[in-house]
Amino acid sequence: MTKGMRKYFKKKIFWFIITFIAALILNFLLPRLMPGDPVNAIVGKSISPGATQEQVQEQIAFYKHQFGLDKNLVGQFFDFVKNAFNGTFGVSYSQYPRLVSDIIGSGIWWTIALQLPAILVGWILGNLLGAVAAYKRGIWDKVLMPVSLFFSAIPAFGAAVILLVVFAVNLGWAPVNGAYDPGMIPNFSWSFIASVIAHYQLPFWSIVLISIGGQAVGMRSMSIYELNADYVKYSRFLGIKDTKIVRYVFRNAMLPQVTGLAMSIGSMVGGALVAETIFSYPGLGMTMYSAITQSDYPVISATTLIITIMVLLASFALDIIYAFIDPRVKAAQFD
Amino acid sequence: MKSTLRNIFHSPRFMVGFIIFMVMVLTVLIYPYFITRDPLVSLGKGFLEPGTYFSIYDANNASTYRMELPEATMNRLETSLPLADRQLILDFLKAKGADLSDLDTSNDKVGELIEAWTANYDEADVKASKYEGFTTQAKRRALARLNTKLSSSASSDVMTITRGDGEEATTSSISDTDYARVDQVANAITLPLGTDNFGRDTLTELVKATGVSLIIGLIAGSIATLLGLLVGLLAGYIGGIVDDILMFIANIFTVIPGFVLLILIYYSVGQESRGVVTCAVVIGLTSWVWTARSVRSQVISLRNRDHVNLSKLSGHSLFRIVTTDILPYIASYVVMAFILQVSSGILAEAQLSLLGLGPKTTDVPTLGLMMNWAKLFGAYTSSNAWWAYFPVILVIALTSFSLNLMNTGLDQVFNPTLRD
Repeated sequence: MTKGMRKYFKKKIFWFIITFIAALILNFLLPRLMPGDPVNAIVGKSISPGATQEQVQEQIAFYKHQFGLDKNLVGQFFDFVKNAFNGTFGVSYSQYPRLVSDIIGSGIWWTIALQLPAILVGWILGNLLGAVAAYKRGIWDKVLMPVSLFFSAIPAFGAAVILLVVFAVNLGWAPVNGAYDPGMIPNFSWSFIASVIAHYQLPFWSIVLISIGGQAVGMRSMSIYELNADYVKYSRFLGIKDTKIVRYVFRNAMLPQVTGLAMSIGSMVGGALVAETIFSYPGLGMTMYSAITQSDYPVISATTLIITIMVLLASFALDIIYAFIDPRVKAAQFD
Repeated sequence: MKSTLRNIFHSPRFMVGFIIFMVMVLTVLIYPYFITRDPLVSLGKGFLEPGTYFSIYDANNASTYRMELPEATMNRLETSLPLADRQLILDFLKAKGADLSDLDTSNDKVGELIEAWTANYDEADVKASKYEGFTTQAKRRALARLNTKLSSSASSDVMTITRGDGEEATTSSISDTDYARVDQVANAITLPLGTDNFGRDTLTELVKATGVSLIIGLIAGSIATLLGLLVGLLAGYIGGIVDDILMFIANIFTVIPGFVLLILIYYSVGQESRGVVTCAVVIGLTSWVWTARSVRSQVISLRNRDHVNLSKLSGHSLFRIVTTDILPYIASYVVMAFILQVSSGILAEAQLSLLGLGPKTTDVPTLGLMMNWAKLFGAYTSSNAWWAYFPVILVIALTSFSLNLMNTGLDQVFNPTLRD
């Protein structure tokens, strides 16, 4: 490792840590600025109708103490950091006494299982289409590009709604909502797996369809830009085979697309919000949505923190990978 | 400048996008002059299908015209032949041993049912037929009655209408050859897109919503572009500690994705103060980061050019250097970024509203609010009211499509390598 490289990484890690701390504070602070007192809501639900004013006050004090809300904001922040580092994230307000980590644990796998394959499939198909359109031009390009442009213009919720209405409501090929048949208990039987797969189709394809369009448009313009670069012309003069040149061209055109892939994997929890609410898919997006509507601060803070950490890691990983694979970045940063 | 403009308006992509966009803008501007009613006024109850509605009460008062349309009887039978009669025909045909494979009791099969009936019905045959039990005579009569009903082209059926205030009553009769002109019916309304769950005229609401959403997009896009431009210029041109601090802020905005930040800020603003403008401002304040980054990287590559250094040596002020030596070089990029920001501002509003975090609902409709209402009142599932959400999705898609087209068109003009 050269001296320049060490300096580069030191600087990156420094900013990484500073950003993380700032994000931690924001994640803590922003949900707590939201209106509505969660403790009153819980007490209102749990207390018996004939309770005296004193009993109500006692209950409120009890829950305030339970949640650490009787401390000042700084004290609450340290509790938040402590709970974040021991992995429990504290107790949920709306589903008291369930631990936040438990709520998130039940949602996150649905989100990952839905989003990761969908993002990858959409990315691969979109890039293939874009590359072919750029290389072949002609009719491929003329037809494909406006179509992809139109598809990428359909909002994510629009595509989800259209798929839902056509395939679930009218044709009845797929279930309307949820991740599995509500009458079933999750287990490893064939009927349960079949139900999961049936419920999986629509949310999955709604994400794939949308990402194909955007990726194809991006890949096409990057490829055309590279195909017209000087090194390509020079290689042609040298008589290097077209197949070999194309390999280099697309490898270079892929670079920005890799950024896009990493960022969409990093931000998949936020991206899942729309598809998950429309299909009532029990992932992290739904968890966050219901936490927001119920002023459940610990759950909101935890989900946004997870999003933050994932995006931070993705962009950090990109910085590192780029430093190694892209000579231009290497030259610019290390000297 | 002039030749650039000419190039832009010769780019087919840009022009297609521009025309689609202008058609929408013009519709939004002109439509209210023709349909002047309040877009949020409730006309009926619940989802009404698209079509022309007229008052049956007033139709009776309109002047009548005698018309004998050749297909009148068939049309009438298709919508009003009782289900029991259809079943009777089916049973009769079954007993006859006719092919029933593509016949049923639905409206559009009535024509075929009657055709099969006339082909198979034979009076002598029916008179001789025997049925189980003691119902033979009754069955024979029922079949004969049905035959008269089906075979007489203009029935002598007359509808009698009685009107009165409880003490005096007058009757009038309507025969099946009486027609009224829709224009002469005192109360008639054409709803090309039906009504939504509140009974509002969906088309009028949609036009208004498109206008409001475009304004949201414009405000949000302007704020995001100006802020991004300012941050990018400062960070890129001044560099050093200013650059570090500004990029740090930008990093935080990337790390907490804009949409999540938007939800959190938006929620803390509270439902009451959430107007359309607040909505647009919040969206603008959370989406400037990408513009700032791109502007910054372009300014960095510009700041060491000879003409900039020359300006510095001549002692020009920072403001003058930025406006005359740097801005013109990134102007084309900024225009393109603005177009994309408008489009994503409209989308952001739609997504927020869909999650129930949209502007206050009582004043004006927005595209997102219309989606949210459609979702809340089961337009996708139980009511299956496509007219309440599909046109909205189409308008959103067309808006971003046209803006994206304009953007790629501009890209081709400014970036010669992308030209065909």
